[in-house]
Order: sequence, then C-alpha cells, then structure tokens
Amino acid sequence: MNPEMLIHCPYCGVRNRLEFTVRGELRPSRPCAGAPDAARQFEAFVYDRENVAGSTREYWHHSAGCRSWLVVTRDTLTHDVTAVALAGETP
Amino acid sequence: MSRGFRLPAGGLVDRSQPRAFTFDGRAYNGFGGDTLASALLASGVRLFGRSFKYHRRRGLLTAGPEEPNALVELRCGARREPNTRATTIELFDGLEACSQNRWPSLRFDLLSVNSLFGSLFAAGFYYKTFMWPGALWELLYEPFIRRAAGLGRIADGADPDRYERAHAFCDLLVIGGGPAGIAAALVAARTKARVILCDEDFALGGRLLSERLEIDGMPAAQWAAAASAELASASNLTFLARTQGVGSYDGGVYGALERVADHVAQPRRGQCRQRLWRITARRTIYAGGAIERQLVFGGNDRPGVMMAAGVRTYVNRFGVAPGRNVAVFTTTDDGWKTAADLAQAGIAVAAVIDARKDVDPVVQVLAGRAPIYRGAQVADVRGAGSVTGVDVIHEGRRFAMPADVLAVSGGWSPQLGPLTHRGHRPQWRDDLASFVAPSTGPDVLVAGAAAGSFGLADCLREGAQMSVRALADLGFATAAPAAWSTSDESCGLRPLWRVQAARTKAFVDLQHDVTDRDIELSVSEGFRSSEHLKRYTTLGMGTDQGKSSQLNALASLAQLTGRTIAEIGTPMARPPHQPLAIGALAGRRVGARYRPCRRTAGHDWAVSKGATFVDVGLWRRPQMFPRPGERDWQETVSREVRAVRTDVGVCDVSMLGKIDVQGRDAVVFLDRVYANSVATLPVGRSRYGVMLREDGIVFDDGTIARLADERFLLSTTSANGERVMQHLEFCAEVHWPELDVQLTPVTEQWSQYAIAGPRSRELLARVLGPAVDVSDAVMPRMCARELTFEDAPARLMRISFSGERAFELAVPASRGKELLRRLFAIGADLGATPYGSEALSVLRIEKGFLGGAELNGQTTLSDLGLAALMSKEKDFIGRVMAQRPALADSSRPQLAGFRALEPHRPLSAGAHFLPVGARPASERAEGYMTSVAWSPDLGSWIGLGLIRHGRARWGEVVRAWDGLRGTDLRVQICSPVFIDPEGARARG
Repeated sequence: MNPEMLIHCPYCGVRNRLEFTVRGELRPSRPCAGAPDAARQFEAFVYDRENVAGSTREYWHHSAGCRSWLVVTRDTLTHDVTAVALAGETP
Repeated sequence: MSRGFRLPAGGLVDRSQPRAFTFDGRAYNGFGGDTLASALLASGVRLFGRSFKYHRRRGLLTAGPEEPNALVELRCGARREPNTRATTIELFDGLEACSQNRWPSLRFDLLSVNSLFGSLFAAGFYYKTFMWPGALWELLYEPFIRRAAGLGRIADGADPDRYERAHAFCDLLVIGGGPAGIAAALVAARTKARVILCDEDFALGGRLLSERLEIDGMPAAQWAAAASAELASASNLTFLARTQGVGSYDGGVYGALERVADHVAQPRRGQCRQRLWRITARRTIYAGGAIERQLVFGGNDRPGVMMAAGVRTYVNRFGVAPGRNVAVFTTTDDGWKTAADLAQAGIAVAAVIDARKDVDPVVQVLAGRAPIYRGAQVADVRGAGSVTGVDVIHEGRRFAMPADVLAVSGGWSPQLGPLTHRGHRPQWRDDLASFVAPSTGPDVLVAGAAAGSFGLADCLREGAQMSVRALADLGFATAAPAAWSTSDESCGLRPLWRVQAARTKAFVDLQHDVTDRDIELSVSEGFRSSEHLKRYTTLGMGTDQGKSSQLNALASLAQLTGRTIAEIGTPMARPPHQPLAIGALAGRRVGARYRPCRRTAGHDWAVSKGATFVDVGLWRRPQMFPRPGERDWQETVSREVRAVRTDVGVCDVSMLGKIDVQGRDAVVFLDRVYANSVATLPVGRSRYGVMLREDGIVFDDGTIARLADERFLLSTTSANGERVMQHLEFCAEVHWPELDVQLTPVTEQWSQYAIAGPRSRELLARVLGPAVDVSDAVMPRMCARELTFEDAPARLMRISFSGERAFELAVPASRGKELLRRLFAIGADLGATPYGSEALSVLRIEKGFLGGAELNGQTTLSDLGLAALMSKEKDFIGRVMAQRPALADSSRPQLAGFRALEPHRPLSAGAHFLPVGARPASERAEGYMTSVAWSPDLGSWIGLGLIRHGRARWGEVVRAWDGLRGTDLRVQICSPVFIDPEGARARG
C-alpha cells in the first residue's frame, strides 16, 4: 500500500503528490510532420487515448518542485505508483 | 408540566450544572451533558419541526447523528446555522435555537395544507408538475417551491468565526469511540505506535453510555470513563472528541471535522469554531457502529414515534422519560431491552408488539409485566398532533391501544459511510438482513457493529483483535489483548420491510417526505435502479442522506421488482458522510486569503496615485488612475488614451510572462514551438510570435527578443505565463530531450514599463541620460538591447501595443518603484501620464491587436488574419493539425472591426452578429463580438469580433444583438485596424 499518494521524484526524493501536476497518459513520440500520412498520425497523437483500467504510464510535472517532467507508472484502480522516471530519459 | 419528563435520578447528565436556553424564543432549562434534544424532551417538547414537503408535524426520532426530523436553526444573526440536528447539539448556557420550515409558526403552519394535496407532491412531482410553461419558473414555481419545500435559512451575514485546516499523520487511525473503537484504541495506546482516535460524540463510549450493560463487573458507562482516562494519559495517542469522519480518500487519507467550539456560545478569542482534519493513516480501524432502522407503517412520522434504541438513550444516558406510557413495536430482541429499561426507570410499558411469532423465552422475560403480542404489527398511529395510541393487528384482529410514545426497532444497519467513498460496495448479509462494511484491503479493518457484530462481547473482542492485527502488520509489538467480561446480549431479528395493513401515509424517508406509495409510483414509471429511485423520489437526498431510511427503500424496491436486496445494491455514497459547513472546507482561505495575490513592484506607487485594480490571473494589475473631478471611468480611460496618443503614457507591464531561453539549440527549439520563424531574427531585434497548440488552435502570443546568438527573452500574455512555461518544459524534456536548451522563468525578476506616445523617446532620453542613444538610427522599431542603467542591468525594447512610438524598459524588480517615480518626476512637463489596463485595452482595440478575448482557445491563425505568419519552411507545434480543411475554412468566423452606426450607444462584448432584419435565432448567428471600447479618437464605440467571411465583408451592416444585456445595435464591418493603418506612428 502506498500510504498517502507519494511520488518518488528522481531529483527531489519522495514527495507528496500535491506538488505535482498530472498531464495525461504517455504518448508515443511526436510524429514527423513530413511523413506521408502525417495528418492521420497527428490526429492519433493528439486525440487517441488508451484510458487503461490498471497499470498505466502518465506524464506528471513536478510543478512545485524541480519542475521536471516525469513518467509515472500508476495503477488507475488502486492509485499505487510503481515507477517514476525522468521523461527525458524514458524511451 | 414542563419539568415533568426528567427522571428523578440516573443518567450521565450533571444535575449540578444547570443550562438555560431558548427554543423558538421560549426559555427552557437543561443540564450539563444534555443535548438540545434531550433537554427539550425533558421539558415536554414533542414538536421539533415541520416536514420538507407536506409540512407535517415532526418530533424526535432518534438520539443520534442520523436524526432526520429534529433539524433546527442554531444561534442567530451571522452565526445562524440551519439544519443542525438537535440530537447532536451539546447543550450550552445561552443556546438559542429555532424550529425551521414552518410559516408562520411551528404549531400553526399554513402550508400543512400541502398534505391535502399529497398527490401533487408525489414522486417526480417537480419534473411533472412544473414543466410548462417555462416562463412561469422564475415568476411562480421557484418562489413557491422554495417557500413550501425547504429546510432552514442561511445566516444573515458573513460568518464571523474562524475555521482551520489541520494535517495529521499516524500509524493507526481509529474511527469511532464505541466499544469496538475503545478496545482498539486501548490495545494501540499500550504500544509505541502513533494513534489517533476520533469520535463524534462529546463523551467517549458510544452505545456504552446508553445501555444498561456491564464490563468487568462495572456499569459500561463507568468502564468507558475509565478507558477514556487511560487513553487521555497515553502520550502516543491523540483523542479527537467531537470529531466526525467525513470522507475517506486514496492512500489512507481521511477527512474529519472537529467541532472545536460548537458547544459554547461563541469561540474564545483566537479559537476556531471548527477544524477540518486531513489525516493520513498507515492503517485504519473503522468502528462506526450501526443505526437502528425505522419500520414502515401508517403515521410512522408522528411526533412520539421514536427509535427503540433512542428511547433507551434518553432514559439511560440523559435521565429523560420520552413518555408516560410507551408501546414497543419490534422485530428484534433489541425492542425488548427497551421495554426492560423503561420498566426499570419506572415508566409504564403499554405493550411489546413483536412482528415475530417465535421469540426466545429469555428475551420475553425482558417485557416484565407488560402485555406481549407476538406475530403482531402496528398498522397505524393514532393522534393528530402527536401519538395518542396505536392500531395493532394481532391474530387477524385490529384494535386500538393507548400510548403516548411508540418505540420502534426494525433491526440494525451498519454505518458504512466513509468506507464506501472509494467505490467499494457494501456486502449483503442475509442473517443480519443488512449490508455490512466491505473489505477494502489490508489497510482498513472494520470492527464491531459496522462489521455486523452487534453484541458487546463481540465488539470488544473484534476491536482488540483488529488493533493487534493492524499493529503487527506495521511491526509494533502488542500485548495479548485483555479479555473483558461482559453482560450477555441477545441480538436476534427478522426483518419486516413494510406493514401492508397501513391505512394512512407510511413514510420511508422522513426527511424528504418519501412514502411507500412514492416508491410504488416510481417503480411503476420504470425507475428500477436504486440510483434512479433516489433521484426520482429524492429519497435519501436530505441532509441525513437517508441513513435511517435507505434499506427500507431498497427492500421495497426489491419486493416490487421481484429481485433481492443484494441484487439491487446500495446507491453510491460520496463524501461528506455528514453535513459539512462550507466555512470548514474553506478554512482560512477566505477574503484576502482566498488565493495568492501577485503584486508588481510598482503596486504601492499605483495605490498612492489612486489607481483602481483588476485581477488578471493571480496578478493584481492597475486598471486606471482616476483623477478628482472625473465623472466616470470612461472619462478617466479616455484621458489616459489621449495622453498616449498625444504626449506620453507609462504603463506597468511587469506581469507579462517572461522566459529566458539559452542554449546551443535555442534557435532550433524556438522554431519548433513558434508558428513563425525565429532563425531569421537578428541579434538585437525582437519580433511578434505566436504559439499554437498541437491541435492547431492559437495558444499564446507575445514577443521574442534575441539578446545574443544563443540567448532569447520571450514574453507571454499575463494570464498564460505559467502555462507557457510548463508547455515549453514539456517540449524540451519530452519531445526533444536531445536539444541543448535551458528555460528559466524570469517574470518576477524584472519590472517592465511600457513608455508609449509621440514624446516617449524624449522621456526615455531624459531618464537614460546621454550615455544611451535612443535615436531611430540606433533604436529602430523592434530593436531589443541590453544596457546598464544605474549600475544595474536593464533591457530596452522598442515595441508597441498601442500603435504609437513606444518602448518597454525593464529593470530589476527591486528598482521598479524607483524607476516609476523617476519617470513621472522627470516627465511631468512632457505630460507623462500613468495608464492602466483599461486604456491599454482601448489602445490595442483601436489598432486591432489581439487580446485574451480573441485568443480564446477557439481561434486559428487564419481566423485571426495571421495565416501568413505561419512559416512554411519548418515543422512546429500545431502545424500539421492547423492545415485541417475545416480549420482553414473561410466560412469560419474571421476577425474584423465593427463600428457602431449610432456612435454613442455602447456596444457589448459577447453580442451575436445577425443579418439586419433577421429574427434572433442561434442558427442565424454569424459570429460574435469579442472586445469593445469607446474610442476617444474616433468619437465612437468600436469593437473587434469574429464573423463569417469577415475579411470579405468590410462595409456591410449587421446587427450586434445581445439578449443578455437587452441591446440590439447596428454595426458596420470594417478593418480591425481603426487608427493609423499604415503604422506610421509607431515607426516615427
């Protein structure tokens, strides 16, 4: 059990979730504008979401901390946070 | 008469502590340890209020927080609190309370005629009756409903009291101070764990205070007092009395409301009235107890019909006789205990009427000498004002029996409230005919009656066991829990959901006046789900949230739809579990503390010049600088505008977002986030820039200044500074982590002032002195320079948001106020005039520059006439999506100017554009006005707006129709640039 929803920021350590702002689920990397089907790819990139019931990866911003963008692995059913990584270092 | 109901001895009230109070203006007396309810009952008061819809007389039903009837307004004036439950109000000296929902008086209520029109108020009556015509809603229906059906009145003024928020952390949280909660707390108090125990009552013990039970050979109340003393002395345990759990949230977070000073006339100096706790617990033991259920029979809402356990509480805890001759109607063994307790207190028991045929002989003994009717039911209650007798049906015979109180016991419903807030559904248990608390995972353990263990011995044992288990789980060593010896209790029951033989109105939800017939009606109309039933009949939607009524309703629904109660399930429960004052939620965040306020360095200076202010985001921004003798705001703003157009004005623009961007890849990065080109911007120059959202809609605009090869300063709109920063950080870290770019928000580090007008260069030259050349040759339009001013870094940009020759000078925030003073001291003879956001807005509208109303999250660059600005040479955020055909369609509303044909009649932002002569209808709307201003230069009201094919329609006349403000004006479409369309002034 995760007592209180805590997020282990790679820079700042274990912090209360109230310091963070959630943006939404992790997306594949931004499509290339020059691709022949760029319009379709961007449409999927902007609008499609998995909306998983269970473990999902999301972007969180440590907005009241180091201001890093993080990728947080969270269970949407239990709100358990199982992994946190810097977004820039997430493949 | 008025003193006749206090028993000569007994109870836990302190008879040496008299308490004087008033109810509906009449003086009464009670004792310390009384509740308002017990003191009034002791004084012979039966009538506590009028019911919600029918205005029926209502008395006390219970002795606890589940009370649906006895709602009163507590205190008066600004401290008046409506809908407080008389059963939970701890009596204090000088208490003032009033009955509510009666007009003109409690005894004589004109609106009780509502009862005669019962069919009018049946289930769904709001939906059916007040459908048509819609225009009558405001005139007739709403005022009527508000007067006829309603609860108390809110306070007369702003709440004078203070409320606090508090945070706490513990290993073990125990919710509930009854036998199970006490047992759990005692075990935990003897360890090193950090423990919080909260109980909503003012005395610890729960049911132990109300029953003639024994623990370890002593009366239960005495045992509770000893336990309370032990817990109070434990240094690792915090006992929060008068504290109710209001909600449970993810991660072991609980909300609890502590009534710090509700039991005194007013809080002491510096004391808060209530404190809202946010408790984070590693483990929780929930011991919230159970609530006794009402039975559904005719007239079950009459004053004098009371819950059997409540009757025991009044007798045993408060030393009050609820009546002189009490009949008991029960389907449980509990009812018989009430008969025994009444007899023990010397109160006559008219009869024990048990719906069950087979009752344990040991239990039957409890009735003493009172007549017993087994397999019998009470069908109806007699008495117009309050109970005078009951109609009993026994062995096919219906007969009347005199009684002044009917004690009812329909079984127990475990209290689940906060436990189900996280979506867990309660579980049905056939043997208890009840839903019990669900298992919500290892962090929450349920003990005692909430878990369906109703006997005292079980409660104590379970409380202790759960505590041991939770603590062991956390690694705390516990001693073997004490085995407490207790008196025996019998808890048998068989449910009786509805008395079919009832001839008069039988209520399911007393607070919202929902009868068994309403449930039938709503089922016959197709509402078969408990959630639909709830919304259609409003059952369980009162301030008591149907705590005592819900299961009877579900049982009726089950029976009517041929399903089991388990299949139907309970409606979803949401926080708060008990009514909560908004003030408690707000805490200290009221008035000036409602939200943070950001002030610029020049704030005090602006105040000293008589400025008025406006909030933009969190910024407090000078709005205008009125001078004595000016008639209205328009005169002030027009003067400020003219000053800028003819001489020079100075405006604080420090609140514009400022972001410093550096790095080897700064140019590449900015080219990807701005729609326009950045690579072509030379060092020392600035340029207007627009960012799009990835979906192609305009996000924000501002300026980009290139201070060095790899160093830029961006400005954003005042409201979007933080959002743009977050967006850029996302782009840098998520989209393109490979780019070398550093982003720093510097909004608050710099004070920045717009110096605008034909004489701005002169003023600037005077301030900066001969060392800085501000001539056109050195400082052309869009020039951006760093310089040293008074031994500190400064920045100077020649940019204009007014259309005049204009500069923006930025200095470190610590120097801002001094610079302002200098500017006006040195520029007095030039006519230097401070101007605020209103004049700024007029100036930009006259020039067709965009503001928040145009960049409203719905417009594209092509809507705004800026399509040419989009670079075709590069990719950038929003480029692909902006090309979607529908977004570039010229039939989308496009930016245009609008000039009033009657120049002096004010235009309004938000007005819809309609063809002249067309009837106002949404399908005819062609767009809307976004910004309007009185232009002193043009002597006319002008506006910017978005209208279909706008750029191709200059010269055409349309209507600006505003249904909200009731205006309908003709306007001529024109260029959005009203003044100096060639831009000569800004260059000159």
